[in-house]
Amino acid sequence: MASDPAVRARDEALMHGLRCGDDAAFRELVELNTGAMLAVARRFLRNEDDARDAVQDAFLSAFRALDRFEGDALLSTWLHRITINACLMKLRTRRRRPEASIDDLLPGFLEDGRLAAATEPWQDRADAILESKQSRRLVNEAIDLLPDIFRTVLILRDIEGFDTEQTAEALDLSVPAVKTRLHRARQALKGLLDRYFSRGHT
Amino acid sequence: MNCREFVDFLMSYLDHELDETVRAVFDSHLGGCRACRGYMDDYVKTVEIGRIACCEPDGPVPEDAPAELVRAILEARGASKL
Repeated sequence: MASDPAVRARDEALMHGLRCGDDAAFRELVELNTGAMLAVARRFLRNEDDARDAVQDAFLSAFRALDRFEGDALLSTWLHRITINACLMKLRTRRRRPEASIDDLLPGFLEDGRLAAATEPWQDRADAILESKQSRRLVNEAIDLLPDIFRTVLILRDIEGFDTEQTAEALDLSVPAVKTRLHRARQALKGLLDRYFSRGHT
Repeated sequence: MNCREFVDFLMSYLDHELDETVRAVFDSHLGGCRACRGYMDDYVKTVEIGRIACCEPDGPVPEDAPAELVRAILEARGASKL
């Protein structure tokens, strides 16, 4: 994508319009990118009003920073990063809601430290599971069920591809705290998905 | 080494963050413990599935921009004189 000359050319033309303050260029930028940015914001925030606010905040930040856009990334990639920042800001400032515990989703152990009542392994490989539209929906719903503090780390590390240090910086956490939360988030997600994909549950 | 220790440090094991002697202890536990092998396999699948699911069709893929949101953004730009 990044090397697609047609996309590059469109970005350059659009950027020229934006720098000249051309209303049509702003409209085009917003119409082209709002859908994708809203999808990202919904995943982080799980609340439609908050997600729309974050997208609007992201665009206003982007408009202010147009002079700093250097053109080494695509406009869509740049906006994607700004959207993530806007979502993290929103998560920091919105009232912390009481969230469900994930303890029930973590593995249980016997007194001697052995895994208690291990679920049957999943039957299918990851790619086979994701061939089904229904499974993809279940996975996305399961991610949405994770409490904010775990879901955010999981999205940044496993979905957005941030490394541990970048995630720690973005969330103002220590590196060990990111690692602990990521491990718990993955375990909790596995616990949720066991219900669908474990042989014993299907 | 028991299952609890193995599972607690599974991420470090998978990320090759354990030193060789500790890793050998983990390998040895894994060799003899079917439950931990199953847990690790599905943990790895979970990570893979999470990563792929959101980029796939029917995940939260880009969709048409809601017209009222586009309008609100453009109005906010005007109000902020940007």
